[in-house]
Order: sequence, then C-alpha cells, then structure tokens
Amino acid sequence: MGVGIRVTNLNAWYGDNHTLQDINLHMPANNATALIGPSGCGKSTFVRCLNRMHETNPIARATGSVMMGDLDIYKDASPVEVRRRVGMVFQRPNPFPTMSIYDNVASGLRLNGFRNRRVLDEVVERSLRSAALWDEVKDDLKRKSGASISGGQQQRLCIARALAVDPEVLLMDEPASALDPVSTSKIEDLIFQLKSQYTIVIVTHNMQQAARVAENTGFFLNGKMIEFAATHKIFTNPTDKRTEDYITGRFG
Amino acid sequence: MQPQGMVSSADAAASALEAGDGGSPSLIRTFLQGRGSSAVADGTFRNLMMLCSLSIFAIVAFIAWELVKGSSASIHEFGFAFFRTETWDPVSGEFGAWPFIYGTLVSSLLALLMAVPLAIGVAVFLTEMCPRPLRGPISFLTELLAAIPSVVYGLWAVFVLVPLMRDHIGPFLLKTLGWTGFFGGYNMGIGMLTASIILAIMILPIISSITREVMTAVPISQREAALALGATRWEMVRIGVLRNARIGIVGGVILGLGRALGETMAVTMVIGNSPQIAKSLFAPGYTLASVIANEFSEATGDLYLSALMEIGLALFLVTILVNALARLLVWAVTRGAPARVA
Repeated sequence: MGVGIRVTNLNAWYGDNHTLQDINLHMPANNATALIGPSGCGKSTFVRCLNRMHETNPIARATGSVMMGDLDIYKDASPVEVRRRVGMVFQRPNPFPTMSIYDNVASGLRLNGFRNRRVLDEVVERSLRSAALWDEVKDDLKRKSGASISGGQQQRLCIARALAVDPEVLLMDEPASALDPVSTSKIEDLIFQLKSQYTIVIVTHNMQQAARVAENTGFFLNGKMIEFAATHKIFTNPTDKRTEDYITGRFG
Repeated sequence: MQPQGMVSSADAAASALEAGDGGSPSLIRTFLQGRGSSAVADGTFRNLMMLCSLSIFAIVAFIAWELVKGSSASIHEFGFAFFRTETWDPVSGEFGAWPFIYGTLVSSLLALLMAVPLAIGVAVFLTEMCPRPLRGPISFLTELLAAIPSVVYGLWAVFVLVPLMRDHIGPFLLKTLGWTGFFGGYNMGIGMLTASIILAIMILPIISSITREVMTAVPISQREAALALGATRWEMVRIGVLRNARIGIVGGVILGLGRALGETMAVTMVIGNSPQIAKSLFAPGYTLASVIANEFSEATGDLYLSALMEIGLALFLVTILVNALARLLVWAVTRGAPARVA
C-alpha cells in the first residue's frame, strides 16, 4: 500500500538559483501523478526533493515540508531512512554493471543486511514479475550482467530493483525518455498496474504519456507549479493560460 | 548571404565556393577530389604505429636475451637450484637467489598490505567526501609524494623511520603482537618491516592517484542508483563506486607492486642487506634489486658477475610472474562482467 504525499511550501536552490518556488500540492495514495513542463522548469528537482536526493549535490538545499503519510521526511527521518521507503527510477537506466540480474534486484535488500536466501529468491522473482521482465530473463538470472540486456530491459530491471525493497512511493524521472516506443509502452502498462500498490510520481516530457497513466497532473514552469488538477481537466480544460499554451504546443 | 559589393579575399573565396551552380565544380570539391585515395598515408601511418608497438617486444626480448647470455656461466654451474638455494657466499663461490627472491616478495607484499587500504581510503576521501576547495591541494600533495627521488626517502627512513622503529613502533609491536612470532628477536630498527614501510609510503601516491582517477570516472548515475536504494555513504561507495572501479584499482595496485618489486635505493638503505630468511620482520633481509646495486661494483670473478646477472634475470621473471598472476586474478574475478560502466 502506498501513502499520500502532501508538499507544503517547498523551496529548492542550486547555489543561488532558486529552482523551486513555494510548491504546494497533495498527491493521493495509490494514484499516479504526472509532472509535466518544459526542460529546466524544476520538475526533476521536485521529485528529487521527495526522496532527499536533491541534497546530495553539495551546492543544493531545500526548505519546506514533505509529508509522506504521517512522516515529515525533512524533520522526522534521515535521508537514508527516507530513501529506504521511497523507490526511484532514473531517466537513464542505471543497473549495476558488475552485478548479475539477480544481484541487481537483490541489491537493495542485501545492502540493508537482508540475507535470507529463500526469501531473496522469492522477492527477486516477484519484483521481476511485477516489472514484466521475469519471462525474458529467468534463464539468465545469475549468468547475465545487469548491463548486458537491452535498454528497455535495463529500465524494467531498475524498476524491479526499486520494487524489491517494497517502497511506499515510487518516483520516476522520465523513465521512458531514453527508450524506444515498444519499451515505452511496456513501461506505461507497468505504471498502470503498479499504481494499485504504490503511490507513483512520474516526470514526463510526453504529454500523451501523462494522459495515459496519471490520475492527476501538475504543470511546472520556471520553478513554479502553475496548475495541478485531474489529468483530464488539465488536458481538456486548463484554468491557466500558460498551461493551455504548453499543452497545445505554443511553447516549450 | 550574398556578398554585396565589398571586395575582399574572404568574399572572393565565398564566390569561388558558389561557382558550383554555374556547372563547373566548386573550389572545395575540386580540392578534395585532388587529394586522391590517401591509401599511402593510411598505410604509412599504420606501419609506423606497428613499428612503435613492436619495438616494445623487441626491447623486452633483447633484455631477456642479454640477461640469459650474461648469466650463462651461473646457469651452467647451478642450474635451476640457483633459484631455491639459500647460500650466497661469494668467497667460496656458492650462489643461491632464494633469500633475495624471498626478500623482494615479502617486502613488496607487506608494502601492498599497508599501502592499498590507505591509498583507497585517500581516494575515497578525495572523490566522495572532501570539500571541493581542499580536493586540489590534497591531490597535488599525494602526487608530489611520487615525485620525490627514492634516495631522499632512503635518507628520511635512515634518520627518522629507523629510530622510530627501534624505539617506539618495534617495542609496541613486540608487546602487542609478539606472540605471533613475526615481531621478535633483536630489533635494530633496520630490517624487513622498515623496508616495507618505506616501500608502502613510496607506492601510496601511485595507487591512490590511479584509484582516484578511476573512481572519478564512475558515472554519478551509479552513485545515485545506490543512494536511491537507501545506501549509506559507505555502502554507496562500496557498491556504486569501488565495485565499478575495481579493475582500474587493481591496475593501480599492479603498478604500485611493480615499483615496489624493483625499488632499489631506499630499500637498500634500510633493509639491512643480509641474505637470510627469518620469520621475524625485525630481522634484516635483502632484495634482488639491492644485491645487484650493492655488489655489482665489487663482483670479482666471472661466476660472481654471472650470478648477479642471474639475480637480474630472477627479478625479471618475478616481476613478469607476479604481474601475470595479478592479471589472472582480475580476469577470474571479473569474468562475464563488462570492463567499463556505460
């Protein structure tokens, strides 16, 4: 089961660059929320604030509050604790190349000291099945490197790796932008299934993708959240002129 | 885009470029077509580069040949037993290389044992934790260590390290680890352990700078992959960085080992130069390189000289063997895994 995320007055900086300004929104549990907007508008920074990855850059900082369920991730938990509960999938697939497929999926659990072989086997299979990759790799689990499979498979492997630690929230930063159309549609199907169990936040450049997978959509522009509403409303009847201009392709 | 009235050489060139639409080929096309197939240039370049790389084989083969030729008298006299005989007695004409091989291997491996963890620690600190303004100066300092001539290290060891070993480190090791038998007997301050320590200091900058280099080359995305799974900083370094950099790190270690095996001056000054094999690391030893440097000028008689040449051959073989073993180890560990992170 996922948890809802409530963001209040979130501000973020890279050096002197104020990349996120007063973001307020509520993302309901077990829904997919899409974030759209032109490059450099702050949507990636926003998701990186949701697992405190933003602050790994030495010049970056953030203020405000992010509640995941009852947990204020900036007050009540360390970054490491937060990231154990929030999975993340990046734009470019980043499996560990020196590990087998099996070890990649198991890496999150092993990292935290989980050693039970039998349970690990189960978790690896379940995660790979959830990521729709099991049938393609089940014969080479321990033989093939995580980097030896195709780009689309690598991205699904990264999703499986994130799911293996049973996160409450899954963040996806343009998960399909480096993939071909077939892999992209597989990932979209996947998001559609996964959102029954996880709260998903997905950044995308592809507006059709947002329309296909997300209940709610937020439009970002120049570090501000311009509009946040039900996806069909954003795409059919946006309130803000700038949202309308963006989705009709007049800029961005 | 059309030149308008201004007459300059640039304009002239520009109009020459545009002459193509009149039917005659443009200046650039004529020029490029006039260059021919360039097959000779490519072929020459290829052969020249091949010659460069072949020269390496030639040099190695030549050295090996000279060493074998120079040591033929000794090889003839002692045969293979030369490499496992413990006596080195120039007066009675008995020569065996085993104490020197032992000294070289033990001092180098001990040096690695001390230098590798330290070097990796330095590299991890520099790439992952060091505040940016300090990164440059500290890297520069570690690399400066590599530029100090070895005789200076030797002098420093004689005047600083040896008394320190004799009065403080040695007695402490005897008290705490004396029961192992590796730290016993008479401690003069010079000996195998002192030589290993100075070797460790000398190879530290090589290993740490190469390790730093390969760690920097590991993409940020690998670090983020580990962090996103809830890794602590050390776990991130372990699975996201060191694991990906391990082949390069072993490369750095092999380079350091190469220097340790062949290092002569500093070792000669502190190892005690006594051809013996002792369990205690306080005891003096001798290395292949040291004995050549020490005794070459006073070698009287053809057999003595020939034996020293064979010591050189032994050093040559030990170096090749150790390197081959190290490569084999890397190959065995990383089989199936790609050599680089995409």
